[in-house]
Amino acid sequence: MATRDRPWLMRTYSGHSSAAASNALYRENLSRGQTGLSVAFDLPTQTGYDADDPRSSGEVGKVGVPISHLGDMETLMADIPIERMNTSMTINATAPWLLALYIAVAEKRGVDPQLLRGTTQNDLVKEFLSRGTYMLPPAASLKLQTDVVAYTVEHLPKWNPVNICSYHLQEAGATPVLEVSYALANAMCLLDAAKARGDVPAEAFPRVVGRVSFFVNAGIRFVEELVKLRVMGSLWDRICRERYGVTDPKLRRFRYGVQVNSLGLTEPQPENNVYRIALEMLGVVLSKNARARAVQLPAWNEALGLPRPWDQQWSLRLQQIVAHETDLLDHGDLFDGSHEIARLETALTAEVDEQLAWIEAIGGVLAAVDSGAMKARLVEAGAARLSRIESGEQTVIGVNAFTESAPSPLAQSSDGGILTVDPAAEREQIERLDAFRQSRDDARVTATLAALRDAAVAGANIMPASIACAHAGVTTGEWGAVMRDVFGEYRAPTGVGAAVSQRARPAPEDAVDGLDKARAAVERATAAIGRRLKLVVGKPGLDGHSNGAEQIAVRARDAGIEVVYQGIRLTPHEIARCAEEESAHVVGLSILSGSHNVLVPAVMDALRARGLDRVVVIVGGIIPDGDRSQLESLGVSRVFTPSDFDLNRIVTEIAELGAAQWAE
Amino acid sequence: MENAAEPQALDITARAQAIRAGSRAAVANALAELEATRTRPETRALVDALYPSPRQPGAVIGLTGPPGVGKSTLASKLVAAWRSAGRTVGVMAVDPSSRGSGGALLGDRTRIRPAADDDGVFVRSLAARGALGGLSPAAFEAMVVLRAAFDMVLVETVGVGQSETDIARVADVTVVAVQPGSGDTLQFIKSGLMESFELLVVTKSDLGAPARRAHKDLKVALSLLGRSDVEVVLASGTDGSGVEPLVAAIDAVRPAGQDAVRARAEQLTAFATAAATRLFGTLAIARVGGRRALQAKLAASAPAGPYDALARCEEWLT
Ligand code: B12
Ligand SMILES: Nc1nc2c(ncn2[C@@H]2O[C@H](COP(=O)(O)OP(=O)(O)OP(=O)(O)O)[C@@H](O)[C@H]2O)c(=O)[nH]1
Ligand SMILES: [Mg+2]
Repeated sequence: MATRDRPWLMRTYSGHSSAAASNALYRENLSRGQTGLSVAFDLPTQTGYDADDPRSSGEVGKVGVPISHLGDMETLMADIPIERMNTSMTINATAPWLLALYIAVAEKRGVDPQLLRGTTQNDLVKEFLSRGTYMLPPAASLKLQTDVVAYTVEHLPKWNPVNICSYHLQEAGATPVLEVSYALANAMCLLDAAKARGDVPAEAFPRVVGRVSFFVNAGIRFVEELVKLRVMGSLWDRICRERYGVTDPKLRRFRYGVQVNSLGLTEPQPENNVYRIALEMLGVVLSKNARARAVQLPAWNEALGLPRPWDQQWSLRLQQIVAHETDLLDHGDLFDGSHEIARLETALTAEVDEQLAWIEAIGGVLAAVDSGAMKARLVEAGAARLSRIESGEQTVIGVNAFTESAPSPLAQSSDGGILTVDPAAEREQIERLDAFRQSRDDARVTATLAALRDAAVAGANIMPASIACAHAGVTTGEWGAVMRDVFGEYRAPTGVGAAVSQRARPAPEDAVDGLDKARAAVERATAAIGRRLKLVVGKPGLDGHSNGAEQIAVRARDAGIEVVYQGIRLTPHEIARCAEEESAHVVGLSILSGSHNVLVPAVMDALRARGLDRVVVIVGGIIPDGDRSQLESLGVSRVFTPSDFDLNRIVTEIAELGAAQWAE
Repeated sequence: MENAAEPQALDITARAQAIRAGSRAAVANALAELEATRTRPETRALVDALYPSPRQPGAVIGLTGPPGVGKSTLASKLVAAWRSAGRTVGVMAVDPSSRGSGGALLGDRTRIRPAADDDGVFVRSLAARGALGGLSPAAFEAMVVLRAAFDMVLVETVGVGQSETDIARVADVTVVAVQPGSGDTLQFIKSGLMESFELLVVTKSDLGAPARRAHKDLKVALSLLGRSDVEVVLASGTDGSGVEPLVAAIDAVRPAGQDAVRARAEQLTAFATAAATRLFGTLAIARVGGRRALQAKLAASAPAGPYDALARCEEWLT
């Protein structure tokens, strides 16, 4: 079959515990025919902290591989031919640093960096809006992003310096309109900044435009998603032509990878997720003219915890079946000429243009990130989504419909059906880090760090100084500390204060858990306590999953609670301090990164140290069943997980717990 | 009442002492009691006990201005500057986001982050609760508690208009923040509607030209109002420039010595008059000869504190 299309790249996003363990995993995957690597880093590495930093406690090696220095990067790439590899790194705030380490490994091996191929995600705007692993204020972040762009254009011409992500926006509740408009606005913001730097030669600029790729999402409404991707492609073409004057159509191509939607994958009846994943994938492969370059699929146990190798293999097989067994790749585009698709495209394009004009009107992306305006729209969209599910307007099988089920045998295995990282990984990484620090030349470390600081202060491209640091044995935390010191730290707006509340949607007649009921419970609690019920919602650790915390905060407010929410990445100490200063009745922690067994006890200790023993503590997030009793024995009053989708009911329970504990 | 330490059991003097010593728990408990639906007699006694002899004269600084002008970002820098000068700081962040439901999302403290482990800063959020003028009902009493416990008290409120006069009632020094390039505030100040401020600050001075222009315009506006004495500081919460001059300017206008005593007495009178009007109505006040008369009676009676003042008003008015 001569005309059969080549299938898309099939990737598995992986990494955990240590560089050595991840290297073994990668080599195994490569030996099974995988062609590229997709590296997941742990949260300390993503946020620029060393494994032994107090903020890293509980997070080392959990959701990705810890890379603290050159030695780790060498171990990660051991026996992997770096010159022939295509390495995709989901790395943002510390992208210049991880790229520097990667380049240093190549140089040490005598490989010409010109040969290096791969991607640094390097998209900070979506970190502020959704993903949360930012470090520096928006303007400084953009400067470092474009440092990577300017450096790679010259020295690593095959590298994709940025991957503009709309994926994470949909995971925070974005509608297709928000997803497309925010991503395109973000791409323009980046390219405008790269152009304004002045150090990229004008004749090289179309190449810079051509190197911008995208990372998108595809949800269960797959027709809408297919339309979205067709629209995104044509709008990108328009932007490249009109805004940047790119004449070569090859450089205007909308190149995108995809991870299909995970937000809609459920904890109840988790086996159903396999169907959802398959349908979601259709949106990004069916239309030849808007087909993904690379696809990553989540697994059936997405809402339970981290996938095991077998779970990932099962998802990979789905891609292979669609690509190799079906006739999809035999045909041309199936949708060109469809009136219905054309109508949907026109409608979406108009809405996106309107949204783009709004962003421009409020001062552009950087201002709209910093003011929280863009974030507030996301939080509102997320709230609307959840209230549709609560009211039953949006059906989710197994959650708000057809909930009766035989027990799922899949989750019954002795490992709970998920991958659990050995808690010893953290200690071992710290030991390796200590040993590494002993072995290096301190004078060289000090000198290269000073040169890095000088470059940062002077506004020079930080890549060359970072590469020198990498060779000298500087650690991730040391690099991050210099950046924080020079550019300052940042807390992104939470968007919750400005988010308009979901006016109580008309609840079905027989609804027992509407907002009214929650309100009544809050009023009862307030009367019993003699003071308005006050809740501190806290996100300890480095976890950036904010959806749950935001939605609880907004709903609790709408039900009459005084809520204090300060955003992500707080220390247990900061949360306890806030509870004290605010005289909170209830502290609600939200933890999805798997570090609850370390962080919850730390918060309990911090509260006790301030004499706040009477404060009710509840915990929400991805908490495996097996961990519940341990948390409860520490004094946690209640654990909520994704199957508790009814926010009004959660708020009612909070009110009841508060009243029971604090009644006069 | 509702706290682990059973404050009821402690006598008022001991609690007042703990607060004056800067005990965070004692401060928090007192503030919680002030937010209670019914204020208890012992809370009233405590506030009155805390009222006289503050740690520093002129310690309460009100920072007000339109939404998004940069108050919190600047507040964070002010707090840091005061801390490095060795002064402890209490912050009251008054949040306007209160809803009909009574709920509120108090997030303003987010931008005011003390250095980790620094217990010399205490930040409390207050929901505005729709009280006229943008301050919550117990704001005055809360301020009394904070100024007894901390060297400096910073009150952040949102507003252009009514609330400036309201914040002037709790603050010794009112600083109005003005956004570069915003005609509104300028217009407002020119119109002379807003009188009670001691300092103006043009925020976001890192924006350059527009900030300098706003500075010039304000100077002109002030001279038209006959208030050329008022200093206008250019400052940036983002890069910290202008913060030291702002600290110095605040210290320069803070009432001291007898001035402070007189200002505080006027403040208490104004508070009690406003509260009495709210509680007993204008009719009752008219019966004793009107606001002026009530103010004179209050001033002459030298009340021990806000609740004592209110108790006297109650006696005269009911
Ligand atoms: C959406 C999502 C994201 C979004 C987050 C967007 C955002 N701003 O929140 C994005 C795409 C950014 C993201 C990124 C990552 N993610 Co993610 N993500 C998810 C996903 C799909 C859904 C979570 C969610 O938002 N659900 C909707 C909200 C409303 O539900 P919820 O938070 O569970 O809250 C409910 C209850 O838990 C409870 N609750 C929660 N908090 C609180 C608090 C209180 C006070 C109360 C009362 C109740 C309560 O009530 C809520 C109402 O139902 C989950 C898997 C899943 N399906 O659950 C993975 C998941 C949480 N992610 C995971 C990982 C690994 C990551 C990454 C760390 C990957 C990496 N290595 O880089 C990154 C990094 C993120 C970071 N900075 O920390 C893992 C965590 C693994 C673990 N725990 O062992 C999961 C479980 C996926 C998986 N199986 O691998 N993710
Ligand atoms: N360029 C610049 N931006 C600033 C400065 N200070 C604050 N901002 C930005 O202005 C916006 C509002 O800042 P805040 O400090 O929250 O302002 P605020 O007056 O406290 O706002 P509200 O409490 O919501 O009324 C944010 O986007 C800040 O990043 C500054 O000095 N320079
Ligand atoms: Mg503020």
